Amino acid sequence: MHETDMTKALLMTLQDWWDAQPDRPTVAKVHLIVGQFTCVEPVSLQFAFEAQTRNTFLAGARLEIQETPLIAFCHPCQQEYRPEIGIQYACPTCRSPMEEIRSGRELKIDRIECEESSVCT
Amino acid sequence: MHMTHDVAMGINLLHANEAGAAHNRAHFDQWGITCLNLMSSPGAGKTAVLEKTLAALSNSLHIAVIEGDMTTELDADRLRQYGVPVIAINTGRSCHLDSRMVSGGIHRLQAEYDPSQFDLVLVENVGNLVCPAEFEVGEHYKVALLSLTEGEDKPLKYPIMFREADCLLLTKTDLAPYLDVDLAQIEANVRQINPTVTIIAVSAKTGEGLDAWFDWVRSTVQSDRRAPEKILANEK
Repeated sequence: MHETDMTKALLMTLQDWWDAQPDRPTVAKVHLIVGQFTCVEPVSLQFAFEAQTRNTFLAGARLEIQETPLIAFCHPCQQEYRPEIGIQYACPTCRSPMEEIRSGRELKIDRIECEESSVCT
Repeated sequence: MHMTHDVAMGINLLHANEAGAAHNRAHFDQWGITCLNLMSSPGAGKTAVLEKTLAALSNSLHIAVIEGDMTTELDADRLRQYGVPVIAINTGRSCHLDSRMVSGGIHRLQAEYDPSQFDLVLVENVGNLVCPAEFEVGEHYKVALLSLTEGEDKPLKYPIMFREADCLLLTKTDLAPYLDVDLAQIEANVRQINPTVTIIAVSAKTGEGLDAWFDWVRSTVQSDRRAPEKILANEK
């Protein structure tokens, strides 16, 4: 269950950010962009996030995960294609190896939604 | 319904880990050390390859090992017999080394030795083909190992590890006669995912292919680090 560790790493990143905020806002939602060509399973990440944020500044905050597909670009064919993860990564047209990845490796905290009221307090 | 406002982030989910990795790498660079991160599933032969590597290279290079294991110091004890510093890190329930753990290892190394005397730090990660690939520890190169007994399909099933690797060791080649494994198919599967990786087939048992691996290790030390006076000293 490595999402537990992945979540720990995410929480450390969020903690660093939060500590640097003078107003210590209340976080409502954390929006992530997670590529399909990463070691992260969104469902497990949700579960781990809920479990690990209890009694922290993120308690009650929700995690929104937007998945991005694996898209590669074949230079010989000059076109994008979608490799089939676990089956075929080479270009389906010319069989060139998967060189350039244009989408699918994202592991990003896109944005954070904070409660408006918390800014005033 | 509460009003909310957005704060744009656009930073990596693993930012805290990556910042730690950059910090570790800066230390290595400052000391003129090359760091290799060895990763594989459990039992692929990381420790056996390291034993051979230490036996062959510890006369010409100053090497230290950072050894990650979930529990026990069994692997660390095996490697200590080669007379190099071995820092053991027990990761507990964590299935990979992260940059903070390795930072702890670096500071332990620094407490006992002059770190600038080292040329090479070999990190043996926890046996696992999945998450070590996403957690940088400050290495300059990633080395993946895949033993022939694991089968041809593993690069397809665990693509991130094989995508990220700079060097791939296909281990236990001495077992090839007893297995229905197609070495060329393994290589083809890896190449689909990572066309530039250096692939070396080795057997720690018979020594087959190890010279090519040692050459690769030496090339990373000599081509990469900014401490030319140290390289000259080692060659004398």
